[in-house]
Amino acid sequence: MSNKVVQAMYNDDDILIDAVKEVRAANYHIEEVYTPFPVHGLDKAMGLKGTRIAITAFMYGCVGLVFSVWMMNYMMIEQWPQDIGGKPSFTFIQNMPAFVPIMFEMTVFFAAHLMVITFYMRSRLWPFKEAENPDPRTTDDMFVMEVFVDGNEDELITFLKKTGTVEIKVTEKH
Amino acid sequence: MSSHYEAPIRRPLIVGDKSYHDISVDVAAPVEGKANKLWWTAFSIALVAFLWGIGCIVYTIGTGIGVWGLNKTVGWAWDITNFVWWVGIGHAGTLISAVLLLFRQKWRMGINRSAEAMTIFSVIQAGLFPVIHMGRVWNAHFVLPLPNQFGTLWTNFNSPLLWDVFAISTYLSVSLVFWWTGLLPDFAMLRDRAIRPFQKKIYGLLSFGWTGRAKDWQRFEEVSLVLAGLATPLVLSVHTIVSFDFATSVIPGWHTTIFPPYFVAGAVFSGFAMVNTLLIIMRKVSNLEAYITKQHIELMNIVIMITGSIVGCAYITELFIAWYSGVEYEQYAFLNRATGPYWWAYLFMMSCNVLSPQFMWFKRLRTSIVFSFIISIVVNIGMWFERFVIIVTSLHRDYLPSSWTMFSPTFVDIGIFIGTIGFFFVLFLLYARTFPVIAQAEVKSILKASGEKYKKLRDGNHE
Repeated sequence: MSNKVVQAMYNDDDILIDAVKEVRAANYHIEEVYTPFPVHGLDKAMGLKGTRIAITAFMYGCVGLVFSVWMMNYMMIEQWPQDIGGKPSFTFIQNMPAFVPIMFEMTVFFAAHLMVITFYMRSRLWPFKEAENPDPRTTDDMFVMEVFVDGNEDELITFLKKTGTVEIKVTEKH
Repeated sequence: MSSHYEAPIRRPLIVGDKSYHDISVDVAAPVEGKANKLWWTAFSIALVAFLWGIGCIVYTIGTGIGVWGLNKTVGWAWDITNFVWWVGIGHAGTLISAVLLLFRQKWRMGINRSAEAMTIFSVIQAGLFPVIHMGRVWNAHFVLPLPNQFGTLWTNFNSPLLWDVFAISTYLSVSLVFWWTGLLPDFAMLRDRAIRPFQKKIYGLLSFGWTGRAKDWQRFEEVSLVLAGLATPLVLSVHTIVSFDFATSVIPGWHTTIFPPYFVAGAVFSGFAMVNTLLIIMRKVSNLEAYITKQHIELMNIVIMITGSIVGCAYITELFIAWYSGVEYEQYAFLNRATGPYWWAYLFMMSCNVLSPQFMWFKRLRTSIVFSFIISIVVNIGMWFERFVIIVTSLHRDYLPSSWTMFSPTFVDIGIFIGTIGFFFVLFLLYARTFPVIAQAEVKSILKASGEKYKKLRDGNHE
């Protein structure tokens, strides 16, 4: 299979959204869209599934909560119980009110950091990662839609030209 | 254009005839341009103050806490005052970036980046004080529950001071990742504009290879929303826990249940004042008046007015409850605050925090740049005095009249405080010259809804 893609460049987000809808309606396969800012409704127009990253955050938060309970129970109740200010420490539940602040903080700590790490991993973002946007203008004011060439290349280009693109480029993709 | 509709009654948040590209150019300008004389002057002054502070810190660590003005009655004074003051200032950044995001307030987009930077830089200053106050700084890692050679020696999870350790470190680190995630697209914009290879490399490194794929943006928005949802209770918890440092003790004047909400309101109050101080200067110096408009300053003044009134309400409630409780010690603590030897500090606090924000009821005053700037400074002085009043006046007259004493700071106390102000401004001035100081990607996303040009076009169609 050929790895040829057509990169159609747009200079307006509304034109881009309409173009995405037209291209999908014509049964072409959109490989990727690069935009300089979040264009609302683009993911729906492209038919992207919703992200599940919020669910991971919830699970990470649960892990943080359980970890903090385990840690404080082990350190303050099981291993070396102490009488501190007369606060009852025979069981975890008796001492628990004093542990609430740290249970909360650890929940937030785990949820926030692990979610962000998941995001960076899934979106392949890390220091020294080379940027892969097809044109430097896509972080400024240009929007690029990459469409796979499947069949007649000229037909696709003529089709894309009608969608309001300002520039068209054909390249090989890895 | 219909998808970008916004009620015509809303004033534009981006003034002037701006395009997407203009936003990139305007945000990149301070980074790509050269620093002027004013910047170098401000930076040099801040650096000297910072170095003086380092000297005082080194002297404290080398000699001991005895070089401060503390005595056996007043065991906490400027160090904790400064700590609470700096943490409080930090709260506005999270409030702007998280709470206003949850409330879908578009005006946060012009100011959230700098407000969050302020948060991070001021929490760094705050964190210094408890660490220095430990005296034996080299044992600072003992505040963490790390396995050690004593086997069963753990931290005390019943202690509000330990809650503080967890709260502040969670707050600092979560604010940092929130800030950095938002920065990625803007660093990428600077990277793709950069001409010099060195700049390209640095911004490429900082942007983590951000490319702006549709899927990445979808995740980015979800991550921002969830982080905002997490940061909102977090920011409230942080100052609540800071107030527990006092509220869980049994010192008259500290042992009050009103402290958590009152401290949080005070924190937002002082933080917004600091944002105003910084941004009123920055919008002028960095030519960002189109994005940080008069409306932004007016809205922040309204927040200052409201939180200032909440704080004022809390002061009066405290006095009332002291009287109503019938507890002699409590009554004396408050009577002594207002009429004792520290009456002047109390007066400073009352006039700066309760009186001065009330001027903001007048539209002419709250839309005046000069007046806003003056009030923002006054508020921060007032909030420093609030913490000083709470801490020192509650301590200096002990249960035993024979231990009654006064507190006076030494040059080291003053030097460290000035040093942190210097450090803060060193960081902020460096930030202002190297970071995208406006969340340009987010501002671009509201340009068609809230930009002056587009609003005019749209409203014209309706008429």
